[in-house]
Amino acid sequence: MARIRAFENAAEEASRGGVSAFGAAAAAAEVRVRGPLHLSTGQEAVAAGVCANLAPTDLLTSTHRGHGHSIAKGASLERMMCELFGRANGTNRGKGGSMHIADFSVGMLGANGVVAAGIAIAVGAAHALRLRGERAVVACFFGDGAVNRGPFLEGLNWAAIHRLPVLFVCEDNRWSATTPTAAMTAGEGALARARGIGVDGLAVDGNDVFAVDAAAAALLSEVRAGGGPRFLHAVTYRIKGHVSVDAAAYRDGKEVARALENDPLALAAARLGETEVRRILDEAQAEVQRALQVAAAAPWPDRASAYADVQDTGAGRWLG
Amino acid sequence: MARLSYAEAACAALERAMRDDARVVVLGEDVGRGGIFGQYRGLQERFGAGRVIDTPISEATIMGAAVGMALAGLVPVVEMRVVDFALCAMDEIVNQAAKARFMLGGQARAGLVARMPIGLWSGSAAQHSQSLEAWFAHVPGLAVVAPATPQDNYALLAAAIACGDPVAYLEHKELWSLAGEVAEDAAVPLGRAAVLREGGDLTLVAWSRTVHAALEAAAQAQRRGIGVEVIDLRTLWPWDRDTVLASCARTGRLLVAHEAVRVGGFGAEIAAEVAETLGIRVKRLGSPRIPVGYAKPLEDEARVDAARLLAAIESFG
Repeated sequence: MARIRAFENAAEEASRGGVSAFGAAAAAAEVRVRGPLHLSTGQEAVAAGVCANLAPTDLLTSTHRGHGHSIAKGASLERMMCELFGRANGTNRGKGGSMHIADFSVGMLGANGVVAAGIAIAVGAAHALRLRGERAVVACFFGDGAVNRGPFLEGLNWAAIHRLPVLFVCEDNRWSATTPTAAMTAGEGALARARGIGVDGLAVDGNDVFAVDAAAAALLSEVRAGGGPRFLHAVTYRIKGHVSVDAAAYRDGKEVARALENDPLALAAARLGETEVRRILDEAQAEVQRALQVAAAAPWPDRASAYADVQDTGAGRWLG
Repeated sequence: MARLSYAEAACAALERAMRDDARVVVLGEDVGRGGIFGQYRGLQERFGAGRVIDTPISEATIMGAAVGMALAGLVPVVEMRVVDFALCAMDEIVNQAAKARFMLGGQARAGLVARMPIGLWSGSAAQHSQSLEAWFAHVPGLAVVAPATPQDNYALLAAAIACGDPVAYLEHKELWSLAGEVAEDAAVPLGRAAVLREGGDLTLVAWSRTVHAALEAAAQAQRRGIGVEVIDLRTLWPWDRDTVLASCARTGRLLVAHEAVRVGGFGAEIAAEVAETLGIRVKRLGSPRIPVGYAKPLEDEARVDAARLLAAIESFG
């Protein structure tokens, strides 16, 4: 959690002036992190609590707000920061940026720029594991906004009828961009919808990493035992705006203040000794500082690489 | 060599691919029963329900799951029933499958074959009759294939499964029962057109069902003293620029014809490329920009047939 928080804070700082939206102006000088940056600040306990229960061979799909999931799954902070900086040695060679970070070497199949798109990919990956007789499972993260998209219904149904090894994790930060999700969502909520499709699960305080860990452990043991998919509804809060330049002035300040009192890092720290907490935070900070230095010094992608990994069939026919 | 229908030829190619490569799987609606056009007949009996996967009516997730399967190392052949239904899976085709390899920096690829039948088919009306090949040709990352014969459906489906890229594979519904000789060892690489008839006065480029109308029109034109060279493009992306340009350089005239709507059709791309390169006269023939109607006279209004082709050939003067 400390590593995720340190990474998000550094990325936020490096993105100032990067995007002109939500009333923010783009900086005249070149910024280090271009493009939309969706921060998971305050949501760290969900990523950490779930991924603590995953093996390196387990797979994971994520969302546009996915830095925490990648870090918790074991992706290198250095290569992730290089990707945010758009450098050639980034996880995606500078081709994806924040919204597409993936690290197949640790089973992280990708963040995704389209809400709910990871659900079908996770289901397909789980289906492939099943067909190949592998024992690994897939953790599929998505936000509260995703429960209003069609792939939520389609993907959960698919996983249920085939009893696929998927843990669906609804990381509910209560905001769909600048709109409160509750105002846009009918019925009894994400878990009730999942149960309606035949996927049972648990709801948990998503800011309590110990509770998330326990719930994920229980659900994943059922998934690993061949019980089919399970659903974890982890309620947390998006402390930052939709993207890093969004000051979220449309929200009630009291709501944010209440959320800050429930900071997942502070909650976890209260259960550890002060020295231990200081050591963890310092180590995370140092690791992120090193990542920033490496990323700032890293080479840009060669322009020719814009033509690499597009397709083999018809490669070279870029103009007609 | 065997005499097979266009549907049977594809089925034979798929059976061979599944036999030779355990990574190849089929998923889609009704595939276990052989598919609604019989193009998967016998495959589930042979390879089991694990590899020939019946799915819910969930086009987005059929395609999205195929992307996930491909990223996890399988080679999915995806049944979309008709291209019109594939529109429910456009995010998964365009934003996910086509982009995955590039966006991921080459860490993985989404090699899959999306079978999305196109075209007019006995009163199927506006939502089951479209030819949307130009949409897919516009998307970097995809290959686009539209076979016209049983032999090509055999060989091109095999090539599409083997190529490792996401392929929009567009069979024509009016061709399912078309029979022809199929040689299992006749390899057809993606991107290679076929010159089906030689002629010195005009080059006629077509694909899919329109190839057959083009051959009919060329025979009629011959009787009127016009020599028409008919090229079956077979693959739309990458299209066989060399073969088309060589022919056009000889004939000095190009007509491109397709059943898709003429406005913004892929014929415009070929005509523009030929005109830019050779400076010769080019014409396009395609459906009017109208939805396909149910009644026969309305459906026929959208049909590019030999009579229309002949009129277009003669209009060069």
